[in-house]
Amino acid sequence: MKQEYTITVYTENHIGLLVRIATIFSRRKINIESLNTSPSEAEGIHRFTIVIVETEEVVRKLARQIEKQVEVLKAYYNNNEEIIWQELALYKVPTAQIAEKVKVERLLREHGARAVVIRNDYVVFETVGHREETDRLVQVLAPYGLIEFVRSARVAIIKESRGFHEKLREFEQAEPMGELIENEFLNQQKEIFSM
Amino acid sequence: MAIATATQVSNPLPQADIANITGSKALLEALIAEGVETIFGYPGGAIMPIYDALYDYHDQLKHILVRHEQGGIHAAQGFARSSGKVGVVFATSGPGATNLVTGLADAMIDSTPVVAITGQVYAHLLGTDAFQETDVINITSPVTKWNYQITDAAEIPAVLAKAFYIARSGRPGPVLIDITKNAQLQLFAYSGYQKCNHIRSYRPKPIIRKEYIEEAANLINAAEKPFVIFGQGVILGNAEKEFTNFIEKGGLPAAWTILGLSALPTDHPLNMGMLGMHGNYGPNVLTNDCDVLIAVGMRFDDRVTGRLDKYAKQAKVIHLDIDPSEIDKNVKATVGVWGDCKETLPLLTQLIESKSRTAWIQRFKDHDAEENKEVIFAELHPDTPVMTMGEVIRNLNEISGGDAIIVTDVGQHQMVTCRYARFNQSNSNITSGGLGTMGFALPAAIGAKFGAPERTVVAIIGDGGVQMTLQELGTILQTEVNVKILILNNHFLGMVRQWQQLFHDKRYSFVDIASPDYVKLAEAYGIAAASIESRDQLNDALSKMYHHDRSYLLEVNVGKENNVFPMVPQGCSVSEIRLK
Ligand SMILES: Cc1ncc(C[n+]2csc(CCOP(=O)(O)OP(=O)(O)O)c2C)c(N)n1
Repeated sequence: MKQEYTITVYTENHIGLLVRIATIFSRRKINIESLNTSPSEAEGIHRFTIVIVETEEVVRKLARQIEKQVEVLKAYYNNNEEIIWQELALYKVPTAQIAEKVKVERLLREHGARAVVIRNDYVVFETVGHREETDRLVQVLAPYGLIEFVRSARVAIIKESRGFHEKLREFEQAEPMGELIENEFLNQQKEIFSM
Repeated sequence: MAIATATQVSNPLPQADIANITGSKALLEALIAEGVETIFGYPGGAIMPIYDALYDYHDQLKHILVRHEQGGIHAAQGFARSSGKVGVVFATSGPGATNLVTGLADAMIDSTPVVAITGQVYAHLLGTDAFQETDVINITSPVTKWNYQITDAAEIPAVLAKAFYIARSGRPGPVLIDITKNAQLQLFAYSGYQKCNHIRSYRPKPIIRKEYIEEAANLINAAEKPFVIFGQGVILGNAEKEFTNFIEKGGLPAAWTILGLSALPTDHPLNMGMLGMHGNYGPNVLTNDCDVLIAVGMRFDDRVTGRLDKYAKQAKVIHLDIDPSEIDKNVKATVGVWGDCKETLPLLTQLIESKSRTAWIQRFKDHDAEENKEVIFAELHPDTPVMTMGEVIRNLNEISGGDAIIVTDVGQHQMVTCRYARFNQSNSNITSGGLGTMGFALPAAIGAKFGAPERTVVAIIGDGGVQMTLQELGTILQTEVNVKILILNNHFLGMVRQWQQLFHDKRYSFVDIASPDYVKLAEAYGIAAASIESRDQLNDALSKMYHHDRSYLLEVNVGKENNVFPMVPQGCSVSEIRLK
């Protein structure tokens, strides 16, 4: 069954890596719904957060292909139940509309939007949440002259994760240590996340 | 930066030994430190500083000037496959670099360790569409195991160390290093070369898990009809001995993919032949009859499996591979044994029971007898007026005794050669398997000879493929490298014609290909040559070619419309293999 999966990739900071990771998807004609790169909890280690809609089998294979890249330390994948995630959205609305129609302000407040910039000509609001919520607010605002809208990529925290610090120390050993269970997908094929 | 963290720089040279040298010189020092002796290459503007430095290194580094960069990289591949070492190729920026792409893709899919060095425009010109600038890093990312652009000479030692380590470790593959011209010219404080043996983000070998070895052994011990299929992993892992011990102890019949060919001697009693589309009858049919299928260092290519949803469905599958992403990729493994088969096979051998399995092996022999009756005998001992490719190979076997390195191109002659050529020792079959690159054989044979100078190298090529990289005759002319070129001329793009005959109602669309006078052509390049048409000339002509003390080109005109059988038609299951 296809569903949303979030792939979390811990990598070195290497210039060509984004292309290498992106082509793993494009080569298989798989659309990337969202992609974010950022630092991670471990110093010098980058974290890619990639969202796709696929079956678990396909995602598992993709994770293996990603991990095969020389600069990738680890790739994990999780369904939405296993993560906490957020997306940020910005909405630019004409100030006149806000001023005139009290209703608009009430709508914004109901959706948890916060004003980031207030000018004579426009106001920029921000929401943080899940896609469905931001999408709903876009629909609500559309009749009032939404000038610009943008939504960020998903960022996600893995509920069960104990972070990458310990894992990184293991990777730094020249000889892989016994506890570094590389065969975890065979080991625990049912249990999707293991660390 | 990744480089700084990745390579452990141990005992740097004392301050007094730090010298200012150019990036180009540092590159050549790196090659020497990695044991490189032979480079295949072609110069040009953006790589001139490296060539200038090479001028002073001619007694340490032998540079083979090829006639086209594609020839250069195929030669490096041939070198790597005959010698087991890393092949090295140089090319200039722009067209030089793009000419490498086919060879990189070929080396990637066939896991061949190659380091390609390309020149690049000055760093300050990157992205300006400068003369002969191409974005070679992005062009080659999908077809390299790793690639990196150097813009500062100080990076050269560590990056080269990483390049060689990555190319040869784990599942080998091609690495491309692009060096801007300023970095080649730049003087920097060189403090020596340290080999790389660890990159923190890179695990060339997965950890071996004993439980899976035990599970695999239990499956094999309980099996009535176990069947081993093996690929190039055995050769790349240097595990021929371990593999032979394994199948001998278990009494396990074994069949090979064309990249696994020569890992097990042709005459070995457990060698059941070739898998796949034009493979042998028994191995294909019995894949769908065995109860445990043991795949060693192979990747279940579609040319091997035929229709996947009808492939070995009855069997439990044990898959040994060094590359974790191969396990479960095409065929779901009951037990996946991750690791280098050089290490996993002996562990498995310890745990399996010694058996002979005569009745099961007899099944292969029965199929073999049928294939012999229906296909092989007529191919090897034809009563037709025209020669068959198979009889040429049979004659060659008698002359070589199975001791030659055989390099094949792509097409019917490749399949026939793989089916019928004899091999006594490993690293002897060099062919473009995964990519199926026509034009591979001639340059790869040149490289193979440099990689194994003591051996006789025979390139077997079709009349189509030979015309793709014919220019490398010039490399033979200049280097006087001794390769035997055997053209099996059927006056068609034979393999495509066969498909047009069988699957497109014999609508021969652009497969009728004319050839030059190969004898004259060879002579123009100073290569002795002959062309024959009749059977009574065959043995003498082959013998003359084989024993000639220099390169030799022999054209054998064979039947125009002969087909390669057996055949698993595309989209069919392996057990639907056709004998005619
Ligand atoms: C570079 C390249 N182009 C096209 C093909 C498709 N192709 C596969 S086999 C073949 C025919 C080869 O003809 P020839 O070299 O005469 O060998 P034969 O099959 O007759 O032995 C062709 C065109 C290919 N494999 N590689």
